Amino acid sequence: MYHKTLSYRVFNLFNYIVLAVISIACLLPLYHLLMVSFSDTSAANAGRVTLWPIGFNWDAYAQTFGNDNFVTSLWVSVKRTVIGTALALFVNSIAAYALSKDNHVFRGRNIYLWYFVITMLFSAGLVPGYILILKLGLLNNLFALILPGLVAVYNIILLLNFFRSVPKELEEAAFIDGAGYFRTFISIFLPVSMPAIATIALFTMVGHWNSYFDGLIYMKGAQNLPLASFMQTLIVQGNTTGFDPAVIANMSQRTLRASQIFISALPILLVYPFLQRFFVKGIVIGAVKE
Amino acid sequence: MDAMTSTDHNLKTTPKASKRSGYRVPVVLHLMVLPAVLLVFVFSYLPMGGIVMAFQDYKASLGFTGSPFVGLKHFRYMFENDYFMKITMNTLIFACSKIILNLIVPFSFALLLNEVRHMGFKRSIQTMVYLPHFLSWVTLSGILIDLLGQTGVANQLLTFLFGIKPIFFLGDGTWFRLTIIFSDVWKEFGFNTIIFLAALSGINPALYEAAEVDGASRMKQTLHITIPSLTPILIVVATLALGSVLNANFDQVFNLYSPMIYQQGDIIDTFVYREGLLSGQFSFATAVSLFKSMIGLVLIIISYRLAYRFAGYRIF
Repeated sequence: MYHKTLSYRVFNLFNYIVLAVISIACLLPLYHLLMVSFSDTSAANAGRVTLWPIGFNWDAYAQTFGNDNFVTSLWVSVKRTVIGTALALFVNSIAAYALSKDNHVFRGRNIYLWYFVITMLFSAGLVPGYILILKLGLLNNLFALILPGLVAVYNIILLLNFFRSVPKELEEAAFIDGAGYFRTFISIFLPVSMPAIATIALFTMVGHWNSYFDGLIYMKGAQNLPLASFMQTLIVQGNTTGFDPAVIANMSQRTLRASQIFISALPILLVYPFLQRFFVKGIVIGAVKE
Repeated sequence: MDAMTSTDHNLKTTPKASKRSGYRVPVVLHLMVLPAVLLVFVFSYLPMGGIVMAFQDYKASLGFTGSPFVGLKHFRYMFENDYFMKITMNTLIFACSKIILNLIVPFSFALLLNEVRHMGFKRSIQTMVYLPHFLSWVTLSGILIDLLGQTGVANQLLTFLFGIKPIFFLGDGTWFRLTIIFSDVWKEFGFNTIIFLAALSGINPALYEAAEVDGASRMKQTLHITIPSLTPILIVVATLALGSVLNANFDQVFNLYSPMIYQQGDIIDTFVYREGLLSGQFSFATAVSLFKSMIGLVLIIISYRLAYRFAGYRIF
């Protein structure tokens, strides 16, 4: 009824415009960057590129992929993301399953839960964490980037809440058919919890891909640096080792940087739309309980 | 009597336990949490032992056992240090502004988005506004450095529209603060709407139908149905945010700041990093981060209690 009134129609028109403008504002900076990366050096340096490339070319991308350090870092990032996500999904989801049992079935469940939650409330901080990695001899080791953050308590709680919403009858039917806890977890709980699992997978993958600080402090030497850390040294610290100095002199720093930034963000831009439908569902079910 | 109840108890639980697990004793369940328990022990609990160095003059060559104890020396130094007070203020300013804006903006945006009836349009908007959340601060600072530079698009636009001189967004203290606060809101507001949109979709449509019959306008419906229905979730989000008033976002500040604007832009976490890992002041840096963690711990406990008291919220 109300949406037929004139005042609501006027509001509605403005609402659509405002929402569209705000949403475009979320994408515009990234879009502008892409246009700069395709543009001619002099146009980019003079700041003439806004919404369309001037003197379209791929030179910046050719340069970026011609840098061995960049390609090595890309590979380090792929490794840490794949291994780190796989391990994290296994460890966190299996722990969440056990913890989703009631305390009278799984005695000690509450103690375990507090054992995990305490680490969410209090952490030792940067320096003790660094000294630990040093003492474990994990400097320059890929596992220094994977193991410290592998158990994500927040994700365990998200999954645990999700598992609790799975009907008890499903589990009982599996038990009657002779399945054990492990089998029930693999064959019943994992398949029915795909939205939640996909959400956690997305968060973990993005976390690994974007994580730069651990690489910066634990990885000495370019051959071990993940892409995000390498990017940080390039973009923020302005380090250009590995690029041909002669080329650098002729190239626009701006187009080169733009191409690097865009490539480092690309995997996320590609994965994100596919997982979006999962994560909204996953977060909502895990976070908002009846 | 005691014996009586205990047998009674056994009689009750034994058949149930055997039916549920049979030969599959819940030992399996302990094994399932074991990997996580071990990892947390090594990477979260072991470092807590290292906190002892906040009370020592830690030297790597002497180790935790050999380094001399100095009591509260580092804490005393910290509180007498004007610069520490400054960065605590900076941290509070950043974190509080972000908390407030990251409540108001997503809440308003969710209300506006809720009025959109065209599902395709609504979903496209959501896809676009959630995206920045997933980009790293390294990527975004690269973009911001380019956009906000002296010859960047932002300054060109300002010059074109208002004819003003270029603004040093990242080089001037006040502008730096505004840049930090608003770029964070720009990155996170979309993602923060998810929780409100979920709550909006949970409102009983019968309420609106009844209001319609009574002749309430959409504005009235929003004021008297929608907003009151969202109040509990708003309280939960607001109280839980209390736990992060000392978290000004290390990644963001670290990738955007420069020595020029340390006075208005340096925060506790970046200070700990520079003192601890760059200058090698292990003990002092640990003392500073211990102070921060302790305040954080107290605030989190208070916020969870408040969220439970006022909205019945529990995390598990």
